[in-house]
Amino acid sequence: MEQNESILRMEHVTKLYGPNRSEAIKMMKNGSEKEAVYKKTGCTVALWDVNLEIPKGQIFVIIGLSGSGKSTAVRCFNRLTTPTSGKVIFEGRNVHEMDKKELLEYRRNKISMVFQSFGLMSHRDVLGNVSYGLEVKGVAQSKREKIAEEFISMVGLNGWEHQSCEQLSGGMRQRVGIARALVNNPEVLLMDEPFSALDPLVRRDMQFELLQIQRKLKKTVVFITHDIDEAFKMGDVVCIMRDGKVVQIGTPEELSMNPADDYVRDFIESADKTKVLTVRNIMITPSCVVRLGDSMDRAILEMRRNNLSSVIVMDNELHPKGMLFIGEAIQARKDGKTIPQVLQTGINAVAEDTLISDAISIVTESSYPIAVTDESGTMLGIVTKASILSSLN
Amino acid sequence: MDWLFNFPDIFDLDTSAIDNAVRSFAVSAEGMLDVIKGGLNGLVNFIGMILMYIPWPVFLLLIFWAGWRIRKSLKSGILYAVLIFLIGAVGLWNLMRTTLSVVLASVAIALVIGIPIGILISNSEKANKIVRPILDTMQTMPVFVYLIPALLLFGTGNASGVIATVIYAVVPVIRLTSLGIRQVDKEVVEAAKSFGSTKGQLLRKVQIPQAMPTIMTGVNQTLMMAMAMVVTTSMIGVRGLGMEVLNAVNRIEIGRGLVAGSSVVILAIVLDRLTQGVVPNKRKSTEKPIDSTKNKKDGGPENGAK
Repeated sequence: MEQNESILRMEHVTKLYGPNRSEAIKMMKNGSEKEAVYKKTGCTVALWDVNLEIPKGQIFVIIGLSGSGKSTAVRCFNRLTTPTSGKVIFEGRNVHEMDKKELLEYRRNKISMVFQSFGLMSHRDVLGNVSYGLEVKGVAQSKREKIAEEFISMVGLNGWEHQSCEQLSGGMRQRVGIARALVNNPEVLLMDEPFSALDPLVRRDMQFELLQIQRKLKKTVVFITHDIDEAFKMGDVVCIMRDGKVVQIGTPEELSMNPADDYVRDFIESADKTKVLTVRNIMITPSCVVRLGDSMDRAILEMRRNNLSSVIVMDNELHPKGMLFIGEAIQARKDGKTIPQVLQTGINAVAEDTLISDAISIVTESSYPIAVTDESGTMLGIVTKASILSSLN
Repeated sequence: MDWLFNFPDIFDLDTSAIDNAVRSFAVSAEGMLDVIKGGLNGLVNFIGMILMYIPWPVFLLLIFWAGWRIRKSLKSGILYAVLIFLIGAVGLWNLMRTTLSVVLASVAIALVIGIPIGILISNSEKANKIVRPILDTMQTMPVFVYLIPALLLFGTGNASGVIATVIYAVVPVIRLTSLGIRQVDKEVVEAAKSFGSTKGQLLRKVQIPQAMPTIMTGVNQTLMMAMAMVVTTSMIGVRGLGMEVLNAVNRIEIGRGLVAGSSVVILAIVLDRLTQGVVPNKRKSTEKPIDSTKNKKDGGPENGAK
């Protein structure tokens, strides 16, 4: 991933909450831990001397456990939180030195935010929420609704414009949150654990969709998470924070290859299940079975019944022999051909003890499911892209 | 040893000085007080006049309609109309109208004063610290203590009654407005700020609408407390159902007192149900169906999006 110019920058940002700040600063400078400082002075060190460069047009992930300061950091970018000291620079201007008017301008046009528990206004419908950012800017109603509609359909909520937000599921609410954040066409999108409140299946879909949207719109995204899998999946650059300090910044590859310390190593190792699990753990039983000797009619019927466009054909010993596609099968029936005549042979199969990380490229490059076989070559199940993707989380 | 059991008089307070101060204020500020008095009387008379021009069958129909629409039940509408009809049927219709005009005027003033104060103290910790003990005082101070100065400053009649009622009834709307705004989800407020809302926009478009159910509870409570003052204020010459109760008590006419007292209760209950129904209904009616239809609705667009 090439390093672009940075659009947002944090320079020596420190944020303290509570009393005795000067004493706390002294202790921190002498190398005390956050815990110790809090016990001695009652002052919470949320951020300590944080320096960040957010590259333009990329997804910058900040990851850390709760209390690591990641939410405070992201709020410094749009001045929901004011740092005790340090600068936040957006395109050469210090965000915290802007006057009221400049700040409104900045928040209205340059930067927007998506929240962990969505932050939707329950007294407004979906359209009212999405168009809020335009409304405060003074865009005329008909125009703002037109723009809002566009983004509502971008996140796949067409037809839900006039639903109350309380009637939506978590995933749909966050879609509203994302549409609302995009509606002002901001340059930077701040996302504070946007998917943490969603269940795993929905979260996976949303991650994928966000990636698609980001690639399409080329927005700069600052993405907060506590989930290392999510961080690696989403992040062009990942920043690991601990106790209000930055521990390491790098691409997912760099972090995996050269963890700065044991903390980072533990963090990363806790994540990568694909290097532990084998395809046996994730394979599924094929829903339909077609043998070489079956009639073409039966093969077509089986596929139709299961809504499949292709099926793996096996011999009587259950060895996978090839793929049969519905289009070819129908043509073959007209021509009076048998299954072996139109079978696409030379298909990929993976052994059951293949690591998921090794199977990824085979499965993702193939446009149809891959057979999983045991030592003798007997088919045990299939793996699909979907099952690989879901294992990544 | 006597001194241990007899509390020493340390301050020799001259309470008559306070009396004199209030009296001399009443004299020196006569012009201003007259203006206020005139304004308050004008408001009460204005509302009274509107009520007077509504024929009683229309009034009952309005009660029925409001009960039906707000409580979403035909039965409630009929019940409230019948209850109010009973007040008229025992010959207290005009007194009820008088009472209603004083109560509505007091509530209107209480809301005009209370809601802005509530908003102010919800946003400012400093204002909150100053106002809270005052509110506590207003709520716990025996009503008669400020009936007397009200009487001194504004004389007997509706103006004093309205002022005493406002002092007593304004507290809940202040407290609940402030509470409602403070309780608005922090992320919702952050979201509104993050999109560049001005303070006014934040308040108008987000905080007040979000706090509306709680504010309406405050309005309801204020109305109820104003109703509770009906009999008390009759002591300073406010006419209406309260005066009827007071007269009955003075003459030990138990039956008359019971009838008038019941009318106050009926009026209070109907007003309470009508104002209570305005907001919480919205919450109750949307909450239940969400869960039951959630899964079905999930399926729609999410599948469509793939």
